[in-house]
Amino acid sequence: MDAVKKIVTNNLQKFGMIIALIGIIILFQILTGGSLLTPLNVTNIIMQNSYIIILAIGMMIIIITGEIDLSVGSVAAFVGAIAGVLIATMNMPVFLGVFLCLILGALIGAWQGFWVAYMKIPSFVVTLAGMLIFRGLTLVVMGGRTIAPFPNEFRGLSSAFLPEVFTGGELKLLTIIIGIAASLLYVTYEIRQRKIASFYSFKVPAFGLFVTKLVLLVLTLNAFTYVLAQYQGVPIVLIILIVLIISYTFVMNKTIIGRHIYAVGGNMKAAQLSGVRTKKMKFLAFVNMGFLAGLAGVVFTARLNAATPQAGQLFELDAIAAAVIGGASFTGGVGTIFGAVIGALVMGVLNNGMSLMGIGTDWQQAIKGLVLLGAVAFDVINKNKGNS
Amino acid sequence: MTKTLLEMKKITKRFPGVKALDNVNIQVKEGSIHALIGENGAGKSTLMKVLSGVYPYGTYEGDILYDEEVCTFKNINESEAKGIVIIHQELALIPELSIAENIFLGNEQASKGIVNWNETIKKTVGLLEKVGLKIDPLTKVKDIGVGQQQLVEISKALSKNVDLLILDEPTASLNETDSKNLLQLLREFQKQGMTSILISHKLKELLSIADEFTILRDGQTVAKLDPKKETVDQNVIIKNMVGRELTNLYPERHPQIGEINFEIKDWSAFHPLDGDRPLLTNINLNVHKGEIVGLAGLMGAGRTELAMSVFGRSYGRGITGKVIKDGKEINVSTVDKAIENGLAYVSEDRKEFGLILMDSVRKNLSIANLKSIAKRNVLNLHKEVKLAESLKEKMNVKTPSIEQITGNLSGGNQQKVVLGKWINTNPDVLILDEPTRGIDVGAKFEIYKLINDLAESGKSIIVISSELPELLGISDRIYTLNEGKITGELPAAEADQEKLMTLMTKSGGSN
Repeated sequence: MDAVKKIVTNNLQKFGMIIALIGIIILFQILTGGSLLTPLNVTNIIMQNSYIIILAIGMMIIIITGEIDLSVGSVAAFVGAIAGVLIATMNMPVFLGVFLCLILGALIGAWQGFWVAYMKIPSFVVTLAGMLIFRGLTLVVMGGRTIAPFPNEFRGLSSAFLPEVFTGGELKLLTIIIGIAASLLYVTYEIRQRKIASFYSFKVPAFGLFVTKLVLLVLTLNAFTYVLAQYQGVPIVLIILIVLIISYTFVMNKTIIGRHIYAVGGNMKAAQLSGVRTKKMKFLAFVNMGFLAGLAGVVFTARLNAATPQAGQLFELDAIAAAVIGGASFTGGVGTIFGAVIGALVMGVLNNGMSLMGIGTDWQQAIKGLVLLGAVAFDVINKNKGNS
Repeated sequence: MTKTLLEMKKITKRFPGVKALDNVNIQVKEGSIHALIGENGAGKSTLMKVLSGVYPYGTYEGDILYDEEVCTFKNINESEAKGIVIIHQELALIPELSIAENIFLGNEQASKGIVNWNETIKKTVGLLEKVGLKIDPLTKVKDIGVGQQQLVEISKALSKNVDLLILDEPTASLNETDSKNLLQLLREFQKQGMTSILISHKLKELLSIADEFTILRDGQTVAKLDPKKETVDQNVIIKNMVGRELTNLYPERHPQIGEINFEIKDWSAFHPLDGDRPLLTNINLNVHKGEIVGLAGLMGAGRTELAMSVFGRSYGRGITGKVIKDGKEINVSTVDKAIENGLAYVSEDRKEFGLILMDSVRKNLSIANLKSIAKRNVLNLHKEVKLAESLKEKMNVKTPSIEQITGNLSGGNQQKVVLGKWINTNPDVLILDEPTRGIDVGAKFEIYKLINDLAESGKSIIVISSELPELLGISDRIYTLNEGKITGELPAAEADQEKLMTLMTKSGGSN
C-alpha cells in the first residue's frame, strides 16, 4: 500500500501539470457540452496558441539561465511590422522576407543579450527598456496604420494544412498515416532506449509500467491525429512547432550547450570556474529568444493577415506564465522545454474553453490569474511535502 | 560543587527513515566551557536545534532540564527568553545593514514602534566594547572582515542577556589571530560566569579551552571526558569520534619528485574594483612533478587571489606575468584555456564556487570536461553515467546514487565530488584551496590520501591552507605569502609553525 502511495505522490510531482492539463480539458469538455474537442476547435487551439508556445520555449531557456525577457511582445510586433513593410508593401519574395525577419529578431536578441551578458545590466531593466524601444519603433515604422493584406503563401504559415494526397473520403488519410508512423517511430525509440539502459544495467521502470505508458501515449497520439483528420488535417504551423520542440529538447538535454545553460542558471560562479563561458551562454539565450520572438511575430502576423501597431501586447506575460506553470524557477537552473509547452497549452485551453462558454474577457483575465497562482502554489506545496 | 546548568536526558529525534539522535545525554556545568564533538552527521547540530526549539517540544523524545526546570520550547524565541542563544556556522547577518542595526534586528530599541537610534547606538557601543571591537557601529557589516563579523554575532547574543552561549564552528572561517582572540574572549566571558557550548572540528582549540567534552557518534553519546579526571588528548578524542584509532593524522608519503613542471613568473595583479591597489606583486614560484607545495599566508595575504588570477584571470585586473608548464609558456587568459592547458583549481568555497548544489552528483562530476563524453557537441549520457560511477568509486563518495542531488551530501562527500570533477579534467597541475575546510577527521584523511595519490601519479600540486599543521603534514615545500608578496620558501622538513608564522607576518618580501 505504501509503495502504491509512493508511486502516486512521486508521479504527482513529476507529472502534476500534465494531470492538471488533462483535468482542465475534461472539465471544459463537460462544461462546453463537448464542443472543446471537436475537430475544428482542436485545430483552432493549436493555431491560436502557436505563437505563445514558440515564445514559451525561448522564455523557458531565458528563465533557466536566471534571467527574464519582458520585451518579447514588442519585439514580435516590431518584426511583424517589418514583415509587413518587406512582404506586403515592398512585395519582397515571402521566403526572403521571412528569412530577413528571423535574422532581425536574432539581431534584436543580440542587442539585448549584449547589455545583459557583457555589460551586466539586469535583464529586467534591459528588456523593460526593450519593451518600450521596440513598441515605439513599431509605431514609427507603421505610422499608426495597419499593413494588410499579405500574399497567400505568407498567410499559409499559420492557416494552411498539409496537402492531402489521398483524395476522396471523409477523413484526411495522410494525417492518420502520419500518426501511425510517428507512433511506430516513438515505440522503436523507447524500446531501443530501454535496451541500451538494460545493457548498461541502469534501473528501468517495470515492464508493465513501461507498456502502459507506451500504450497510453500511442493512443493519445492517434486519437489526436484522428481528430485532426476529421477536419483539415495537419496544420503547417503544427509541423513548425513539433520541429521546434524536438530540436530544443535535444539541444537542452543532449548537448554541451544545453548542459552549460543549465549550469549557468544553477550556479553561475561555479559554472564559470568550471570553464563554462557564462557570458556567452547568456548572450546566446537572448539571441535565441530574439529569433523565436521574430518567428512568433511572423506567425502572428500571418494569422491576422495584417501587421498592426497593437500586435503582441501582453505576449510576454503569457510566455512567462507558460514557463512558470511549466515548472521554471526564477532562481534559474530548472525547467524543461516540454514543461513550457504544457504550460502554454494549459493557458491556451483555458482561454479557448472560457471563450466557448461565452465568459467575458474581464472574467477570463481574473480566472487566468488565479490559475497561474494556483498552479505554482500546487507545485511548491507538493515539493515541500516531498522534502519534509 | 558547581551545579548543572543544562541537562538533556535521553533525547531521541527521528526523521523519516532515520534516527538522527538516539538516547543522547549531555550535562553542562554552570560557568564551564563545554566542547561538543563529533564527525559531520553525528548529530551535533540536530541536538542544538532540539535545545533551541527549532525542533519544537513534542517532535522529539526525552527531557531538557535547564536551571533545574523542564523546558518545553516551541520556538527559538522561547529558548532565547531563557538566555540560550546559538550562533550558527553560517553567520546570520545582513550585509547591507549597519552593525548597530544587525545587533538589534528583531529586538529593536523602540517605543510605540518608533526606533530610538540614539539608544541603539549607545547600547551597541557598550556591547562592542565588551567584545573588544573598536569600530564605528554605523559601519555596514559587508565592509568588515569575517573575524569582526563573528564578534558582531557575539555582541548580538550578548544583547539578548545570554546565559548559555552556543557557538557552532565559530573559528571555521577565521585565521589564526582572529581565532585566538575569539577563544580569549570566551575565557573572559567564562570569568564573568557565562556558560558556553563550543562545537568545533579544531581539536587543538578545544583542548586548549574546554573544561568538559561530550562526544557524539552516529547520533549517540559515546563519551564524556573531563580533563581533570583523565588525560584528554587528540588521540583519545579522535578514537572516540571515529570509533577507531587513527594512528596518524596524515597518510604516509613517499615523494618521488621530478623536474620542475609548473612555474609562475613575475606575476602581479591589481584589485578588481580599485585598479591602483596592488593585490599581488612579482610573485615567483615553481612546482616540480610529483611535488606537493604548500602556500601559507594569513587572510588577505593574497593566496586565493593568486590562485584565481592564475586560473583564467578569474580575479583581479591589470594582471601581468607568465605561467610556464613543461618549459613552455601557456595561455591561462580564460578558465577554459587554463583547463585545456592542464590546470585545475578547487575553490575554497565549494558551495558558492565549486558545485551546482541543485544538480545531481553525475552532472557535477562531468561539467568541467563535457568534451570527453561528447561527440560533435552531442553528449553521450551512457558514457556520462559510466564516468560518474567510476569517479564515485575512485573518490569513495558516499551517496546512494549518482543521481543524488549534490546539496544533500555531507561536506566531506561534496568535497570529494569537487575533487572528482577536477580529476576528470585530467590536469597536470592542481591548485587546492582549503581542501579540507569544514569536513570531519575521517574525510580529511581520505582527502589527504587522494592528494598523495595524485602527486604520486606525477601531478604537481599546490595546497592553500589556513591550518599550518595541515600544511606541514602534507607538503614537501612551503611558500609563505604576505601582503601579496612571497616572503619565504622552505622545505617542509625544516619548517615549523613558529617559523612559518614569522615569515607570514614579515613584510617587504624576499624577492
